[in-house]
Amino acid sequence: MQNPENSAPLLEVENLSVEFHTDGGVVHAVSGVDITLAPGEVRGLVGESGSGKSVTSLAVLGLLGTRRARITSGRILFRGTDLLRIPERELRGLRGSHIGMVSQNALSALDPSFPIGAQLVEVIRRHQGVDRAAARKLALESLELVRLPDAPRRLRAYPHELSGGQRQRVVIALALACRPELLLADEPTTALDATVQKQILDLLLRLNDELGTAVLLVTHDFGVVSHVCDSVTVMRRGKVLEQGVAKDVLRDPQHPYTQALVKAVPRLHLSESERAVPRQQRRLHEFSEVMASVGEAS
Amino acid sequence: MSSTQAAQRTTLSRVPRQRGSRSPGRPSRFRLGVRAFCRDKVAVGALVVLVLVALASVFAPLLAPHSPTAGDSTMRLEGIGTPGHPLGLDGQGRDVLSRLLYGGRYSLLVAVVPVLVVFPIALATGMVAGYARGRTGEVIMRVLDVLFAFPLVLLAIALAAVLGAGLGNVMLAIGITLVPYMARVAYTTTVQEVGKDYVEAARASGAPTRDVLLRELLPNVVSGLLVYATTLAGLMIVVAAGLSFLGVGIIPPTPDWGIMTSDGASVLLEGKYHVATIPGLLILVVALSFNLIGDGLRDALDPRKQTS
Amino acid sequence: MTSRYEQVLVVRDLRKVFGNPTSGVVAVDDVSFDIARGQTWGLIGESGSGKTTTGRMILGLEPATAGSVDFDGNEIVRARPKTLQALRRRMRMVFQDSGSAFNPRRPVGDQITYGLQRYGIASGAEARARTVALVERVGLEAAHLDRYVHEFSGGQRQRLGIARALITDPDFVVLDEPTAALDVSVQAQVLNLLKDLQAERGLTLLLVTHHLALVEHMCDHAGVLEHGRLVESGPVDRLLTDPRTETTRALLDAVLEPTA
Repeated sequence: MQNPENSAPLLEVENLSVEFHTDGGVVHAVSGVDITLAPGEVRGLVGESGSGKSVTSLAVLGLLGTRRARITSGRILFRGTDLLRIPERELRGLRGSHIGMVSQNALSALDPSFPIGAQLVEVIRRHQGVDRAAARKLALESLELVRLPDAPRRLRAYPHELSGGQRQRVVIALALACRPELLLADEPTTALDATVQKQILDLLLRLNDELGTAVLLVTHDFGVVSHVCDSVTVMRRGKVLEQGVAKDVLRDPQHPYTQALVKAVPRLHLSESERAVPRQQRRLHEFSEVMASVGEAS
Repeated sequence: MSSTQAAQRTTLSRVPRQRGSRSPGRPSRFRLGVRAFCRDKVAVGALVVLVLVALASVFAPLLAPHSPTAGDSTMRLEGIGTPGHPLGLDGQGRDVLSRLLYGGRYSLLVAVVPVLVVFPIALATGMVAGYARGRTGEVIMRVLDVLFAFPLVLLAIALAAVLGAGLGNVMLAIGITLVPYMARVAYTTTVQEVGKDYVEAARASGAPTRDVLLRELLPNVVSGLLVYATTLAGLMIVVAAGLSFLGVGIIPPTPDWGIMTSDGASVLLEGKYHVATIPGLLILVVALSFNLIGDGLRDALDPRKQTS
Repeated sequence: MTSRYEQVLVVRDLRKVFGNPTSGVVAVDDVSFDIARGQTWGLIGESGSGKTTTGRMILGLEPATAGSVDFDGNEIVRARPKTLQALRRRMRMVFQDSGSAFNPRRPVGDQITYGLQRYGIASGAEARARTVALVERVGLEAAHLDRYVHEFSGGQRQRLGIARALITDPDFVVLDEPTAALDVSVQAQVLNLLKDLQAERGLTLLLVTHHLALVEHMCDHAGVLEHGRLVESGPVDRLLTDPRTETTRALLDAVLEPTA
């Protein structure tokens, strides 16, 4: 990871607000959110469902369906360009070649009717304008980059022939095919087994190291954050509650919500005093307790 | 930072018990369903139309200005707006409006009665086949497939021809052709629902087969079948009209919309359009109304749409 | 209801093959373990390990290809449907996703009360009163009973599922990933509730999960499944600190936690 302090920020989300117009009224999915990402930085965007974390990452990609969602304020500066103010054609050019996306469900991200090699080639050709042979070579390199076993044969495989972890590797390969500077990953490992999750996260770390790709990782899991992220932003109900260096925030969270979130999860590694309590009597800190102790309803 | 702590003593909360099966202020499911239906303005409009047509047919003796069967051949084929005959007269001098009103009785009966009668038969068949799967299910569905092999209208015609004309036979013929269609829908819905968690949860709660079928599956299969049935009713109006058109339906001079269209077709060449077109339009409107009501029903029966 | 046996559940050589018995897919491969009264036993495995199938076979919801399951002296695998149905008063299940485990077209209250009527425990007003008491114990309200499952949040749905499982006062409950579908803030409440209820009612629990921290928190004993085989089992305090197989080590290695 490159030193974040010495370079101009890669991504700056400034005062972003997004509204959804539903039958039940207006929902403020995101309210006045500020996030910065330096080149090569891995930042976790943490929150529960309804926190606005996914909406934020979709906004960066310009993928919010325009029918019901409205961006009511803010700028999203990518290398100085406000993504909210450029024409769709330009945005499409950025997507794929400069900004990549990995979503939670790899099966739906891949077209089930085409072999994965063909999908990789299509993306590469569209953004890099090379001929088919060159694109195929690049596709193979991408699959090797994500350490997909037996890559040359896999080029002809269909998505359903691969396991969940392999599919996620392919999706990452697709996202990185044109070596973008920024990767948006929305719960990329939530649907995977723990052992596979670790492999995928280690892959992301390695890619971040080798390619210098910055990552904005949306997750609900602080364990993931501690393993992969340099920095973290905690969101709740559309607002940013706190952010900072991941180690610091996890060791000593400032906001009671963050404290509650970290304490409420059962843990494998317990301290001596925790282990001393007989299992029958062990209880977790309930959210309402912590929030009530700070005088706020959860 | 510890995440676990020793348990506090838990106290059971004491709350006064409630008698009665419904909490106050909560509308019944029926009322919520009605409200959901009413949100679909088009469906409500279609229902109004249908009710008006049905009422007009029921009160035909009071509303019809003339006899539907006796004709005045001196006034044959007079057009719309003829004094005393707002919709004109047909080829045999019979008042079109009166024939439409009386004809509605037969046409609506033929559309609705077979569907209603076949509904429980198809529901039971489809559910049993869908739940049993394996041997029993396959056998039942293969038998139905034989009926499926014949195009709907062709089968209705063949049956009607065999049984003879007349209202009862027409309804029987149509009823028989409907069975495989409705049973299939019940079957596929059942198969779909049987795979869902709540069915297994019911079994895990100790429910015997009878309870699984009646308490769990039935409500979920009936709704889908009901919506399908309303669209079928719309289609059956057309099919029955077609049967009469071909001469294997109602026995003349009893009026029904199909036979009116058929009679009217022969005078189209004389330039008299109203005789065939008016009943034809009515068939269209009523069939469409059934379909639109079906759409509204689907929403009304969806528990997720029933927010109070 | 008192029982004569120390071991509530005895599973021997339980086997499930999908398809052809000789060439089909072996989902569960000769699994054997015991669960003693009052214990919480963890069945650990990732997806495809056969843990859910094992749980379902134990309750008789999935026919076993071979082996035996003895629940308090009653054989499950070869039991007749009527016997199984009768036993389901005492052995219950909480599903992973209570949202889909409740009939969307019936009020949740009816579905919880069903157990009382089915087993002749109570009826009418008495049944209603018991249901209300249990529903309140799990943290919901009497007014909720007339509602439909889609009107509840994830945490509330799991509580409803727990209420339904406990309405017949069972001895043994299978919990299939009880908190997997829940937000973090809600998980703690549900887990604490489960522990309280177990202590109050002397339940024996089988927890089916891939979440090791959950096993550490809830279970005294556990076993690890991989590709249908039970590769190791034992007391959780030993299993998770001194694993004896590569499978268990890999699972432990994959746990990501912020260091305290």
